[in-house]
Amino acid sequence: MDTSLVTGLGYVVASGLFIFGLKMLGSPATARRGNMVSAAGMLVAIVVALLDQGIVDYTYIVGGMVVGGLIGAVVARSVAMTSMPEMVALFNGLGGSASLLVGWAALSPDSATFTLITIVLSILIGGVTLTGSLIAYGKLSEKLGSGQIVFRGQQIVNSLVVLGIVAGATLFVMEPTNTTYLYAVIGLALVFGIMVVIPIGGADMPVVISLLNSYSGLAACAAGFAIDNNVLIVAGSLVGASGIILTQIMCKAMNRSLSNVLFSGFASVSNEVTEIEGEIKPISADDAYYILEAASSVAIVPGYGMAVAQAQHVVKELSNLLEANGAEVVFGIHPVAGRMPGHMNVLLAEADVPYDQLLEMDEVNPRMDSVDVAIVIGANDVVNPAAREVESSPIYGMPVINVADARTVFVLKRSMASGFAGIENPLFYKENTRMLFGDAKESLGKLVSELSS
Amino acid sequence: MNGAEYLLFILMLSVFLGFELINKVPATLHTPLMSGANAVSGITAVGAIALAGSGEGDLAQWLGAGAVALASINVVGGYLVTDRMLGFFKKREN
Repeated sequence: MDTSLVTGLGYVVASGLFIFGLKMLGSPATARRGNMVSAAGMLVAIVVALLDQGIVDYTYIVGGMVVGGLIGAVVARSVAMTSMPEMVALFNGLGGSASLLVGWAALSPDSATFTLITIVLSILIGGVTLTGSLIAYGKLSEKLGSGQIVFRGQQIVNSLVVLGIVAGATLFVMEPTNTTYLYAVIGLALVFGIMVVIPIGGADMPVVISLLNSYSGLAACAAGFAIDNNVLIVAGSLVGASGIILTQIMCKAMNRSLSNVLFSGFASVSNEVTEIEGEIKPISADDAYYILEAASSVAIVPGYGMAVAQAQHVVKELSNLLEANGAEVVFGIHPVAGRMPGHMNVLLAEADVPYDQLLEMDEVNPRMDSVDVAIVIGANDVVNPAAREVESSPIYGMPVINVADARTVFVLKRSMASGFAGIENPLFYKENTRMLFGDAKESLGKLVSELSS
Repeated sequence: MNGAEYLLFILMLSVFLGFELINKVPATLHTPLMSGANAVSGITAVGAIALAGSGEGDLAQWLGAGAVALASINVVGGYLVTDRMLGFFKKREN
């Protein structure tokens, strides 16, 4: 039988399995099986690729697979759920670099112009994804410091890099045998990846890793064109589309445009002191307990601070005790809470919170005025009422969880420092807000022991 | 040999399909969606395999082998960690 027919059909089956797996990700009930379906698709694609008759030497292939597979398995087993953003950032970079190498290796002296263009594209997108992801990884894991790095003339340097890339790529396509142009394009792509991510602050990381996720798919897609392989194009464009949609969702949840996130940051926050009326009213764990004990409806709103304090398990305990006490407990999760899309959901799911208790912002807001107590744990900007009330606020217009509509709001907070974006939060001064100062895990632990005694 | 227009045709259809499917993924699964996307982007392994097996011992073969290793990290790590995460998601009992 013709092997190219087998290869072709194998890739059709693999693409179908990827698509079907993705469809099953549409519901938490079928998602795990969907992931397995997608993995089966990958297996089919790889087996078919291994059957290729052009392969004469399997040592390099097996060597690469064993080394890569082992590293992947160890990382997947050992990574903590709080570190998922870093891991995804790193994996985006690996995907980009693999595409860069494939594009480079696909280069041959007799490549057609269209192929050369796609080779350049896979090298460019792959290179930008690689270094951009490494910087994002450094910022997320706090190895680099999560702040923005902005210097004088940054725009000029960036423009020069882009001009260099365009010139290098054009020269390379016209004269593919001259390796100087190739190396110049690779080098400039790597530099550009760094330049794009360094000016972006930590609060915008959900957008950046979504975007790099998309790039890693687009790079695979470009590599698919370079080596004339349709399964790379299908899989790569599914990943590319996924990243783009997540990027859009994140931008919308911050009420900002993508270009605003990429090029300006929160750097322009005005220092003018806004007059906030009211005063801070601290509450002790004892008093908080009495209010919670009488509550019949509780909404818990977590933020990245919950992950930092590793408080998700004690949150689950509290929720169990409140339910045993007859209260209805829901979790309200803002799309940009945490450092990546859906981060809070995974942490709470790991702590055994059932997924039907995790409500999206649009589901929890309409019912907020019938909530007795809203508990804000380590979240700040995503519950900031200034987004609705203060027109001069930099976050004005951003959709937030309206915890102030609840009868009472508890804010668990270490100190009175402002949030990641450095914006004052009028919520803390509201009539119905009580501040429970201290480490979130300890404060919740006190509430749990009072409720269970 | 596939023509460029045939590949572009595939690209267009799969981009539209991707948008349709991913819009239906609930926000609660966005982290597993991203790590699953990492795994799928390891599809580059398929292209790298042929390059790494050319048997010519030249630069292209070494580049291919590197790409196989990097993409394998994504495939194995991506699917395993996604499975681990999705295992946490449970419906309320009763």
